[in-house]
Amino acid sequence: MKYATLQKTNLNDWLEYLKKKAKLYAPRKKEGHFVFRPVKEVEDVCLEYIPTILPPKKYYFPQKERLFKFSAQPFKTAKAIDTFDEFILFGVHTCDIAGIQCMDVVFRDGPEDPNYLNRKDKMAIIGIECLKYCDKHANCVSMGNHIPRGGYDLMMIDIGDKFIIHINSEKGEKLVKGVDFIKESTEKEMIDLERVREEKKKIFKEEFYAPLSRIYDSFDKSFNSEVWKDVGKRCVGCGNCTAVCPTCYCFDVADEMELNLNDGVRYRIWNSCQMDDFARVAGGEDFRKGRDSRQRHRYYRKFKYPVDKFNRYFCTGCGRCTRTCMAGISLIDTVNALAPVAIE
Amino acid sequence: MIEREILLEKMKTSPYKPMRGRIIAAEMLTEKEKLFRIELEGRLNLSHEPGQFVMVSIFGYGEGPISVCSSPSDKGYFEITVRNVGVLTDKLHKLEKGDILGIRGPFGKGFPVDNMFGYDVMIVAGGLGIVPLRSLIRYIMFHRNDFGNVQILLGCKSPKELLFEAETKEWMRRAEIKFNCTVDRGDPDWKGNVGLITTLIPNVDINPMRTYGIVVGPPIMYKFVIVKLLEKKIPDHQIIVSLERRMKCGLGKCGHCQIEGMYVCQSGPVFNYAQLKNFKGECHEKAI
Repeated sequence: MKYATLQKTNLNDWLEYLKKKAKLYAPRKKEGHFVFRPVKEVEDVCLEYIPTILPPKKYYFPQKERLFKFSAQPFKTAKAIDTFDEFILFGVHTCDIAGIQCMDVVFRDGPEDPNYLNRKDKMAIIGIECLKYCDKHANCVSMGNHIPRGGYDLMMIDIGDKFIIHINSEKGEKLVKGVDFIKESTEKEMIDLERVREEKKKIFKEEFYAPLSRIYDSFDKSFNSEVWKDVGKRCVGCGNCTAVCPTCYCFDVADEMELNLNDGVRYRIWNSCQMDDFARVAGGEDFRKGRDSRQRHRYYRKFKYPVDKFNRYFCTGCGRCTRTCMAGISLIDTVNALAPVAIE
Repeated sequence: MIEREILLEKMKTSPYKPMRGRIIAAEMLTEKEKLFRIELEGRLNLSHEPGQFVMVSIFGYGEGPISVCSSPSDKGYFEITVRNVGVLTDKLHKLEKGDILGIRGPFGKGFPVDNMFGYDVMIVAGGLGIVPLRSLIRYIMFHRNDFGNVQILLGCKSPKELLFEAETKEWMRRAEIKFNCTVDRGDPDWKGNVGLITTLIPNVDINPMRTYGIVVGPPIMYKFVIVKLLEKKIPDHQIIVSLERRMKCGLGKCGHCQIEGMYVCQSGPVFNYAQLKNFKGECHEKAI
C-alpha cells in the first residue's frame, strides 16, 4: 500500500489509536499562537495552523539535554539517559520536515552525535501538506519546501472530506496497517489528489527575486554589503531568531551540581551566535564583533556555508525568524536587498 | 597505534564523556601559568599529533580546550600549560599532584610534521604561543635528523613572563638549533634583545622555498609576523598558523569556533596561510 485514505470524521479515532502506540506530539492553539504539545485530548489537535512558536526541534534536540552524570570525588561518569522513548510527531509542515533533514545531516556528519541519533531513531513523523500560505513571512516556495520532499513516515493531504496519506516508510506503514477505518486509496481519490496539487500551484509563488542558485551567488558577493550594516543597526541581539529556527543547533555545555556539591550532570543547552560572547575567547579577543557581523553569520549559515558543505540550504522557509523578530527584520526583505549585488 | 584506536572508539560511543587523567606532576612556571603532567587511565598514550588540543574538565566547573605542550615522543604521559584567566582555569591552578581531571581528545589537526620532512623550520612564538609550539619543538628535537636547519624566535612581554625557562636555556646551548629571544620591555637583569618579535625576522637567513615558517601567538602578533614571512618570500602553504577559538564540543557541532563555514576544532587549529588568506572577515589573523 502506497496511498491510504482516512475520512475526516475518523481523524480523532486515528489520533486515539496513535496515542496508544507511542508518545504523541501535535500542534494546538495557545494564546493566539500555535505550539507543539503532547496530546492529552485529541480534540485539541489543530491541523489548520501557521508555524508554531518553536519548531518540533525541541523534541529531537531538546533545549536542555543531559549528556552524562558525574561525580567529582571519586571521579566517575555514568549515562544520563537510560532509554529513549518512542514518539510520534503529528501534523508536521513540510518546512519543519526539511528542518529535521538538515539536523540529520549535521549530526550524522562525523564525529556522530549519539544523543541526537538515538532520539531520531525513536521518532516517527506524520506530516501534513500545506495547501495555502500561512502568512506573508514564509518563503517556503523559494526554498522548495512547500511540497513534500521525503523525510517523513506518513504525509497527509487534505482533499476535502478526507485525507490521502502517503506511506513513505515501514515505520509509517505500521501506523496505518490494520486500522479498520483507513483504506487503500481509490483511483478516483488519486485523481482528486492531483487536482488539489494543481490548484496549489496557482497559489504558491516564489518569494525571492531570483531562483536559489542566484541567491547563493549574491551571498558569495555580498560579504561586505551595506545590507549587513543596516540589519546590524536594527538588530537588538536578543537571539530570538536562532531560538525559533528549525535548523539552528549551536549549543553551550555546562555543569549543574547537586546540593552535595559532588554529584551532578553535564548538559548541553541551546546557544545563539547572536549573543555577544559567542565567539569570544578567554584572553578577551572577540572574533565576531558587532551585531552586523553576527547577523551576517546567521544568514551565511543558512544560504552559503551549508550549501558548500552539505549541498543543502539551511533556511526552510518557515518564516519564524521574521515573525519573532522584535526589530522587524524580515528574512525575505534582507535576502532580496542583496539583489543589486547579484545583478551587477 | 592501537592506543589511538581505543581512544577513537571511546569517543564514538560517548563523545562527551571525558576519560580520567591523573596529575603526576604540577609546577608553576610563572605567576600566571602552571604546567601539569597528566597520565591517562590505563596509562594510555594520548597518541596526539604536535599541535592538537584536548578538552580538559573539572566536574562542576566546566570544560575548555587546552593545547598539549608535550611531544607524542614523550611516552606514558602528556603535558598542558594553563594560564589562570577564568573560572575553570582558576580551579585548575588549585589542583596538585595526585588530583584527577577529565580529558577528551586529542582533537583537530596538528602541525604537518610529515610534510615538513627535509625542510628547514623557522618557529616564531609569541607569548603563550610557545605552549603548543613546545610540542612541535620537542618532536623535532626527538626526530632531529628528519629536518633541515631549525631556528626558534621567541618573544614575550617581559622577562618574568618567559615560559619553560630551563628548557629554553637548554635550546640556547644546543648546537643543532638556533634560538633567539626578545622581550617587549626588559628589566635590569635582562641581557637579551629588547623589542618586538618582528624586529628579529629581517636578520634571519633562510632559503624561503625550503623553509616552513610556523607562527603561534596572539592575533595582533601573527598579523605582523605573517607579513614579515611573506616579505621573506616563504610560500603561502609553508606559512603555518595555529588559531585560538572558543570551543564547547570539539566535535564540529556547537558552532563557537566557526570561521565562515569551517569548524576550527575539526579542520584546525593548525592552518596554512593559503587556507587563511581567503577568509573574509572573521579571521583576525589575516596579514594586513
